[in-house]
This record gives sequence, structure tokens and C-alpha cells, in this order.
Amino acid sequence: MPTSKSFFFSSLGKKFIMGLTGLILVLFVIGHLVGNLQIFADPEVINQYAHLLHSMGPLLWLVRAFLLLTVVLHIWMAVLLVIENRRARPQGYEGEHTHRASYASRTMKFSGIIVLAFIIFHLAHFTLRVTHPEYENLRYTLQEGAYAGTEVLDVHAMMVMGFQKPLISLFYIFAVGLLAFHLRHGFGSMFQTLGLRNKHWGGVIEKTTITFAVAYFLFNAAIPLSVMAGVVDNENIKSIDDSAEVMTLPEDDSPEQTD
Amino acid sequence: MNVTLKVWRQKNANEEGHFETLEARNLNPNMSFLEMLDVVNNELEAESKMPVAFDHDCREGICGTCSLTINGQPHGPGEGVASCQVYMRSFKDGDTITIEPFRAKPFPVIRDLVVDRTAFDKIIQAGGFVTVRTGSAPDANAIPIPKETADLAMDAAACIGCGACVAACKNASAMLFVAAKSSQLNMLPQGQAEKDTRVLKMVATMDEAGFGNCTNQYECSAACPKLISEDFIGKMNRDYLFANLRQKFLRRKKKI
Amino acid sequence: MKLQANEPEGPLAEKWQRHQANIKLVNPSNKRKYEIIVVGSGLAGSGAAATFGEMGYNVKCFTYHDSPRRAHSIAAQGGINAAKNYQNDGDSIQRLYHDTIKGGDFRAREANVYRLAEVSVKIIDHCAALGVPFAREYGGLLANRSFGGAQVSRTFYARGQTGQQLLLGAYSALSRQIGLGTVDMHPHEEMLDLVLVDGHAKGIITRNKETGKVTSHAADAVVLATGGYGNVYNLSTYARNSNATAIWRAHKKGALFANPCFTQIHPTCIPVSGDYQSKLTLMSESLRNDGRIWVPKKVGDKRAPQDIPEDERDYYLERKYPSFGNLAPRDISSRAAKQVCDEGRGVGPTGLGVYLDFSDAIKRLGEDTIRERYGNLFDIYHEITGESAYQSPMRIFPAVHYTMGGLWVDYNLMSNIPGLFVLGEANFSDHGANRLGASALMQGLADGFFVIPYTIGNYLSECREKHPTDGHPAFKDAEENVRNITNKLLNTHGRHPVSYFHRELGKIMWDHCGMARTKEGLEEGIGKIQKLREQFWQDVNIPGDNEEYNQALEKAGRVADYMELGELMCRDALERDESCGCHFREEHQTEDAEALRNDQDFAYVAAWEFKGADETPVMHKEELNYKETKMATRNYK
Repeated sequence: MPTSKSFFFSSLGKKFIMGLTGLILVLFVIGHLVGNLQIFADPEVINQYAHLLHSMGPLLWLVRAFLLLTVVLHIWMAVLLVIENRRARPQGYEGEHTHRASYASRTMKFSGIIVLAFIIFHLAHFTLRVTHPEYENLRYTLQEGAYAGTEVLDVHAMMVMGFQKPLISLFYIFAVGLLAFHLRHGFGSMFQTLGLRNKHWGGVIEKTTITFAVAYFLFNAAIPLSVMAGVVDNENIKSIDDSAEVMTLPEDDSPEQTD
Repeated sequence: MNVTLKVWRQKNANEEGHFETLEARNLNPNMSFLEMLDVVNNELEAESKMPVAFDHDCREGICGTCSLTINGQPHGPGEGVASCQVYMRSFKDGDTITIEPFRAKPFPVIRDLVVDRTAFDKIIQAGGFVTVRTGSAPDANAIPIPKETADLAMDAAACIGCGACVAACKNASAMLFVAAKSSQLNMLPQGQAEKDTRVLKMVATMDEAGFGNCTNQYECSAACPKLISEDFIGKMNRDYLFANLRQKFLRRKKKI
Repeated sequence: MKLQANEPEGPLAEKWQRHQANIKLVNPSNKRKYEIIVVGSGLAGSGAAATFGEMGYNVKCFTYHDSPRRAHSIAAQGGINAAKNYQNDGDSIQRLYHDTIKGGDFRAREANVYRLAEVSVKIIDHCAALGVPFAREYGGLLANRSFGGAQVSRTFYARGQTGQQLLLGAYSALSRQIGLGTVDMHPHEEMLDLVLVDGHAKGIITRNKETGKVTSHAADAVVLATGGYGNVYNLSTYARNSNATAIWRAHKKGALFANPCFTQIHPTCIPVSGDYQSKLTLMSESLRNDGRIWVPKKVGDKRAPQDIPEDERDYYLERKYPSFGNLAPRDISSRAAKQVCDEGRGVGPTGLGVYLDFSDAIKRLGEDTIRERYGNLFDIYHEITGESAYQSPMRIFPAVHYTMGGLWVDYNLMSNIPGLFVLGEANFSDHGANRLGASALMQGLADGFFVIPYTIGNYLSECREKHPTDGHPAFKDAEENVRNITNKLLNTHGRHPVSYFHRELGKIMWDHCGMARTKEGLEEGIGKIQKLREQFWQDVNIPGDNEEYNQALEKAGRVADYMELGELMCRDALERDESCGCHFREEHQTEDAEALRNDQDFAYVAAWEFKGADETPVMHKEELNYKETKMATRNYK
């Protein structure tokens, strides 16, 4: 008699973990996007927000650990499921044919792997700043609220500086595109796996999934695109010495952007 | 019309298989696909060659015996049909048609295009029933069942157990089959007493058999000769989750 | 040989209850000492095996299919009769009994038919409890439809897939027992011989389809539930693998074959379209509830059906049988279709077809209602013909559909060989000379679930001694016999594939022993069959070996049996010099071409004894003594 002990080792259990971790990660990327969109406001806003997060101390680390665990579980289950799936179909068809399976759904493995590579780069780039130690020199003094007067890392400037490099921007756009593509299947799939989809909601979920994936991509892509187009700029960047980075900026544009 | 067939030949489960090219000549477009194979086989037999082994029985799309993958599609072109309901008018004169068995680890090839689908029977034996002794049933009208429920149960019950869902799934998953069979009984009042154990045992048996996992692509539903909806997989997932929760948390209470 | 029907004493309505009360019981602890072989896993076989398992017997169940769920019971579309009177239209057991025995043109055994009507009620209860999703009304209670040969609505249905749903119900009960270990299931094992020990059926010989291995199986009793033999005709609505081998080999071991000529020709099938045709597809008789059958009044009218005005159409069933109209029984409807086609008024490219028209029903009820009722049947029609029956009428023509004949059994469903029981379509017992629609499912389930589990006790309780092991010399002999047949087939190396002979035999049977039969035609048919049989054994070509999956070899064994059975059918049809039910002898008809029965001389069951493939069989008669029912002339006008 199978009991709940075997739940996590069953096919449906593994899928359930995929879905649940997927849900957590979807919620995270939505939150992350909302945070990032503050780049369009005054640098004060996003820097306040970043400082708020950093000031959470151990809680932040707890959240980070939780997210890391979630990602690890998501990947671990994916690997297990893929191995089982390969084993179940050792031989493919000569005339392979697809009826309904979306391209996104068939490339989850690849989009997932590339997104993982992106996440590692992204963490190294902005969170740990190992790829660009010079970001540490971008400082900002908070103007308002309880933390007024505190000097913090200028996140706004860091983002602008980062995205002013076309290669990096393009990689970001490509990666969020893939993530959106991953979500194009994953978002709706999650409802099915968690048992939240039925005849009545199936259509709504499918439409929501597409809308979500497209919106997610557009909003994310808007950030590097705006920076590259010069719609978003930052004064603070000019204060750093590393001129090689700053040189790419068209000099005459900057005064218009800052008020 | 004439067509060229590229047919999978395999003497038994232990021997390697290969494709063989056969010509089918002077066909009538109103022939069924299986009748076309009959004609080819008659010619092979007349030359004392082994005919192409393929499974078939009722030839009207209800018994679920036929199991051909035609040009990479389980049960071939056309929506909601079994292999026996494919007609030659779906092809063009001069076409080359690839015919393969249903491919999945739990469906080993018996010969040529015939596969062993006993794994499905094992799943039903594990829990695809209502425990009721012959002669012990109450009057059939004693339990009214809303028409909508009965209709939905019938949608699930339409499954012919052919295995096309497994064959079409990129992962050779049997979840549409298990979902349809468990949901039918789990929806009806008669099936409530065994609702949890049914889904738990059926899923466990499915896993043991070595089927793959659903990746929610719904190829199964598209290939299903009865177009059984993937919604039932959602229901199975739900039933399975709740069955586990109830097993874990409510077991003890019931003992009091 | 005196045939003992073993009908219980007492009034008709009380026989079964009295019998049940008197049947010897097998002690529960003794049940597990008995082993029962069930061959076939359709409604009757699954039902019997499951119930035996529940009761505590050791059961071995065999099917040549890959799974018990494939049995051809699955293809029955329309429904199952039961005297529930849920519609409050005055139905009762008595009325269902009467309709069934009258529908069978008074050639069935009174007591068996009454019992069938009686247990019909329990079948519905049991199947609903098993989770069969019968159609329901908005109030949640069971829905019914009307069916041919009845004036009440007593047919329960599950869309157009009633047989499938009932079979899956029985299969689920069987599966439960397999899971519990009480039934040992043997798929892909085909029964090729019956083994008798001291005159009792004590086992079977099977061939494994995958390996060719021939195996002996011993038991205390053998139950055959292997279906009908309509594939003798090659083209029929039967599944391609349905065959007569199990019952025919039992017949060759001494079991009497009763009324072999009673073959039902179903009126509503899709017409034949070419030589390559492998099977005929039935359109459920339930279509006749809303469809109207007609042909043009004018001979050779080749206009499209829509272009033929109302007054130039002949709704011949409504005209000839005003009270039953399009719902006239199957034999009558089929023959009427043959008559109009013989007159040259048939429709379609071959002239062998009549229209089944839904335009009035669509006008009256709307297309949605029709779609809900018959959607899947219309889809099937569309797939096969490429035509839409919503737009133009269906073309239909009769086809071989069911065999009422089968191995002779007594009231306990035991054949003349002690220990050999025969259920469902494989026996002859309940449908007389014609079966009413929605009664086959009823009989299969009745025999399997509700009759044999009780009546087998009578036999088992008397055979106390331990069953013989499969080492008994009788098993070795039977195995040898099976191997000999196989070797003979494989070593003939002739010019024709086996399907050639099947097709030729089918043509002879359809022409000489089909919807209308004559003395001359039957005699000619017998001669042709004998010649074909001779040719078969010299000229058949079976490739491959026994020790492999060999579909040609399987088929050859079956066709070899058809060659003998076909002859017996003709002989029986010749001997029965009257018309009754589906057996229409042109010499015996009324002025308006209705079947003319002869109760004086032919109110008996013809049970044939096998004397050798080239010997003339011997007929034994079981007189039908109707005590409570009057043998009336059927009148559906």
C-alpha cells in the first residue's frame, strides 16, 4: 500500500514539487521585476528599496537560502524526471510528429539550462559583483526617510552602468526572453500539476500564461533597452574614475537626463 | 493508388528490429489502412513470406487493439480515430508511409507492429474498480447521479485502453490513461469509498511499470482516439495530492 | 441420446427461485479446492470468472486477446434490456419474457428465457454499482430508450458505447479478482482443444500466441464463453479475431451443436464497398428510433435522395408494419430490405442499400438533440463513407451480426458433456430463431454473473474426486492432436493464403445460407463447401513456424474449423424445412412474403452430434413443450 511516505518519490510527487517550486520562483521573479522597474523612478526610490532589503540582515539570508533550495529542488526534480522520461522512451519515432506540444514545452530542458547559466552570471554580476568589482565605487547617500544620510551602494547607477554595455544588455534580453519562454509553458503547466486546472479554467489559464509570458518579457526587456536608448541615465556614473566604462556614454546626452 | 510502406519488422522482443520497404499497389482510396495492410500481407503470404504482424480486432474503433504509429503519429492522421478508422483517402498516390509500433519501454514489441500492453491491465488490477460483490448491489436508481456528473464520467470512461496516449507522449507517460480510468470512478458516488486508495494504488502501479512523467504537453489528448481531455490529468493530480494529505493527516482520527 | 433440459418443476415464474433454493451448495472451505477454467473474457466470461473468484473458487481465465478488455462484447452499441419499468410504461418481467420469446419466433426454451428476463433487473443494479456510466435524466435517475421488437422503453444505454461500458465494468470486476490472486489470467492463450476424462470435461489445451507453446490445463469444470461464429461468413460485424474454434473443437469432442443455422442478419449496417473489405460496420439499431427507412418507389431511380419527392418514396417498414414501423424486429427488417433491393429499388452504387433518413427527426428535435443521441454513430458513418448523415440519409444494408445457435446446454447451462458449461453467445439457449436488440448484453451478463455461479455448484458438489492432473494421458493425446493440426497446416505449402479460402467460404455461405434459403441452394452450398474444404487442405499456404507469433497460422486453424461448421449450418438449414425468425426458407412463406412457421413438425431444438469431418452428423431433437406460452404467429403489423 503506497503511503504518503512515498509521495515525494512518486511520479506525481516529483511533478508536484516541480510545480510548487515553480510557483515560488514565479512569485519571486514577479517581485524581482517589480523591484527592478523602480529604475524608471528617481535613483532614491530603488536605492531605498535595495537598502530596505539589505537591512533585513539574517532574514534576507533566510530568504536567499530558501530561494536557493527552491531552485535546487526545481532542478533536481527536473533532472530526475528527464532521466525517467528518457528511460521510458528508449527509442524515438522515425517520423517524429507533434500535434499540440508547444515549442516552449519541448525546449524546457534547454531554456532551463541557459536560464540557470544566466542566473549564475546575474548573481556574480549584480549581487556578488565579482565580475565588476568597480561597482563598489558607486556610492549614494539616501535623502529621505528613516535612513536619510546613510551611504549605500548606488544600485541605480550600477544597473545603468551595467546595461550601458550592449553585449551585457543583449545577453540579459536574450536570457529574460528564454525565461519568459520557459514560463510560457511552466506557468500554465504549474496549475495543471498542482491540480488547479479544470475544464472551466483551462482556457483562462492558457490565455493568462501567454499574457504573463509576454508581459514578463516586455517589462524586463524595457530596462536594458531604456538604458541603451539613454532614456534612463545616472549622474553618479561619471564620478567614477574608470573612464573606459564611462566613455561609451554620449557626453551631451547626460545633462538632459538629470534634473 | 500506390504507396510505398516503410514498415518496422522485428521478430520478437529479443531481436533487433529494422525497417523494411514494401510496395502497396492498386489500392482503392476507400480502403481502410488495415485493409491495405491485409492486401500487402496476402501478397507476402502468397510468396511464403511472413506477413507484417499488426494488432487489430473490431475494426470499428472501439476495442483498442489496433496500435500503429503512422508517419510518427499514433493512430495516424485524423482526429479522434483509431488506426482501424484511417482510410487510404487520407494519403496521396505515391506517398511513402512509415509504420512503426507504439514505442515505450513498458510496451515491449511482441512482433513487428504488435506490442505488449499488459502494463495497462496491471494498473486496473491495482485499483481501477469498485469493490462490489455480485448480487449485493442496491437498486440502480437508489443513488441518483446528476446528469452532468454521469456525462463527465462517461467522457472519461470512453477510453479504449489502446495506449496511444503513451505512444504519443514525448515521455511515454501513461497519465492520461490512469487519469481517465481513476477519474471515472472517483467522480461517481459509487466510487467514493475507495477514492483515495484507488488513485494511490493506480499511480504507484503506473510508476512501477516504468512509464514516463507528464510534462503537460497534452500530445496524449490530441492522439487519443476518443479525444479524452487532459483535464482529467489535472483531476488525478488533485485526487492524488488530497489522497496523500488525507492518508497523512486524517488516518489517525478515523481510528477513534 | 435423450436430451435432458433439466428444467425445474413448477410455474414458469417460480422455476428459477425454486431451482436456486434446491441447487446443491459447495461448502466455502471446499470451494478453494475446486479449479474452474473459463475460456473467454467478454461479458459472460469476465462476469463468471470474477464471480467465481469472489465466491472462493480457483479460476483460470483464458483469452486469445492481449487483454481481457478486448473481447468483442465491447462493440455492442445500443443498449441492454431490463424489465425495470422505470419509465412506468407497463413493463414487467412477464412482458420482457414474452417479447423475447416471441422475438425468437418461439424456438427458445421457455424456462431459460423467463430466467433471463428475471435476472435482467439485477444486471442493471450490479453494473450501476460497478460504476458503469449509464445515461441519466436530469433528475439523476437512469434514462431508457426504446428498441426493436418492443413497445416499451426498457433499454439502458451509455451513449452509443453500452457494450464497451458494460464490458469494462465486468473487466474491472475481473481485474479486481486478478489483483487479489483468485483468478489466474492467461492473455494471448488460445484454446485449441477440450480434454475429456471419463466422459467429463476436465481441461483444455491452449497455444500461446507469442511463443507457440502448447500447454495442458486441468480443472474440475470448463466454462466456454467464447462468443458466436458469424465469421463463417467472412464479412460480418464481428471482430476479425472472433472465431468458433473453442466451441467447434468442443463439438468435435462430443458437445452437441444446437440450431447452427440460426444466424441473425442485422438490418442496419454500412453497405459493402469493395472486394478488399475486411469487415462490416454496424450502425446501432437505436438509430431506428428516430431514423426512417425508405427506398424510391420507382425501380432504378438514381436521383440523389434529396431530389426524390416525398410521394415518390416508399417507407416500406412503416407501410407494411404500421404498429412497429421502423422498429420491426431485425429479421423482418433485414428481409424487407433484401426484398426491396431484389426488386431493383436498392440505393447506392451497388444497389444493395436502403436509406435511413434523419431529416424528419432533425426537423422535429433539432440537430443538437440528434447529435447528443447518436453523435458517435454519425461520426463512424462519416469516417467510413466520407458522408454526413446530418445532411443526407445514411445508406444501410443487412449484415451478419449474431448467431443464436451454439453449443447445446440444459437449464444449468451445462452441455451434454458433464462439466462443460457454455455461456453467452456461445450457447444456443435464449434467443430462439432471432434475437431482439439489446438482448445479447443482457444474456451475456445474466449467464456470467447471475446464472452460472449458482448452477455450477450442482455439478461441482457431485464430482468429489480430485481433478485429474495435466499428466493424464487424455491431455497428452489432446496436445498431440493440436500439434498434428498445426503441422498439417504448416506443411501444406499450397498456393493460396488462408484469407483466400475464408473469402470463398464467406461467399458460399452468404449466397446459399444467408437471408433467404432454399433446398436446392443449401444442397449446392454443401457441395461447394466440401469441395472448398478439400482444396483448403491441399492448397493453403501458411508461412513461418509454430514457435513464433504467427497470425496466419492462428487464422488458418480458425478457417479450417469454419469449413466444417459452415457445412453443418447448411445441413441444419436444410433439415429445418420451415421458416422461423431469421431462418427464411423461400419454400415456406405467407402470401405477403412473411416467414411461415411449422410448429407441428419443427418446434424443437436441433442438436447435432459430430461424427467425423467427412461423415454426416446426427441430429438429436429437444422438443420444445411450451406449458404457459402460446406459440402465436408473430405479427408486427
